[in-house]
Amino acid sequence: MTDLIRIDGLTKKYVNTTALSDVTFNLAEGHIMGLLGPNGSGKTTLMKILAGLVSPTSGTVFIDGLAPGVETKASVSFLPDVNHLDRWMSVGEAGNFYADFYTDFDRKRFDELLAIMRLTADQKIGSLSKGMVEKARLSLVFARRARLYVLDEPFGGLDPLARSQVLDALVANFRTDCSMMVSTQMVADVERFFDDVLFLDRGRVVLAGEAEDLRTRRGGSIEDIYREVYGHVETR
Amino acid sequence: MDFDDRTPIYIQIMDMIERRIAAGELKTGQQLPSVRDLAQQIVVNPNTVQKAYVELEREGYVATQRGTGTFVSGDHGTVDLLRQGLARGIVATYVADMRSLGFEPEEITDMVARATKEEAT
Repeated sequence: MTDLIRIDGLTKKYVNTTALSDVTFNLAEGHIMGLLGPNGSGKTTLMKILAGLVSPTSGTVFIDGLAPGVETKASVSFLPDVNHLDRWMSVGEAGNFYADFYTDFDRKRFDELLAIMRLTADQKIGSLSKGMVEKARLSLVFARRARLYVLDEPFGGLDPLARSQVLDALVANFRTDCSMMVSTQMVADVERFFDDVLFLDRGRVVLAGEAEDLRTRRGGSIEDIYREVYGHVETR
Repeated sequence: MDFDDRTPIYIQIMDMIERRIAAGELKTGQQLPSVRDLAQQIVVNPNTVQKAYVELEREGYVATQRGTGTFVSGDHGTVDLLRQGLARGIVATYVADMRSLGFEPEEITDMVARATKEEAT
């Protein structure tokens, strides 16, 4: 199996703070990785680096053998943790916008995803609830035939029904020739989708491994391990 | 399907399929759903379903034919062995449970006999 992501000694420093410190890991093609950790642990910074929006201070990052840049942006589908859609657009227009921007955008797939998410193309972004906007954003991100999906907190602000729709879409969308990295603070319910998990704490990797292997070795769920590692589970 | 996140998910999928084979719901020669379909049905990572299929194949309960799919394999002997194994597990748990409630072996057999009779009528 080839590694789609290879990261070695990645450090990101801002003026006063170190967001990531000597992070090293690989992510195999066809795997889903859960990126876990409380607020401020460096998850968003790591994902922005993979999306090519933030550059590393030191260390190496390879996506499909390439350093983040114009080429990787075309093959990485990124869901930022804040809404990136304009309120005046309809869901369908947002689809047109994506189709213009990304050559791997699959219109048919987008329509299928909207059906799973119980959304229609004529709905205006501004008229949607927070959870519905999340679902629209995820439909756009999943409709790309990307090599790597980087999803920053895709389950935040979703009610249980919407969360299960998103998980349905996630499984339906998953292919063996792509990989996914998903950050979350809600470990329960979603941990069964992860092949691998990476625990970050204040910018450092504190635990990493295969989810099933960790369950066997530690005799507990990933959520139990999360509690052990961080001492509590953050909710928001 | 309800999963317990403390036990590896692939083992729980294996248990579910082994149980259905033992109960005769899945018969020898019958095709299992594709990895993708089962993953969507029970909403888990397709890789986890794949792993369960590989392990079931290693144990000889299913066989994968390239390009066509995964089928229940094994003869009556294998299925019976599987049934017996599952039954032993259920009985052992039951007996241990009853013993911890303070029941004597004779009482336990009596209660089982009575419950079996009631169930039959």
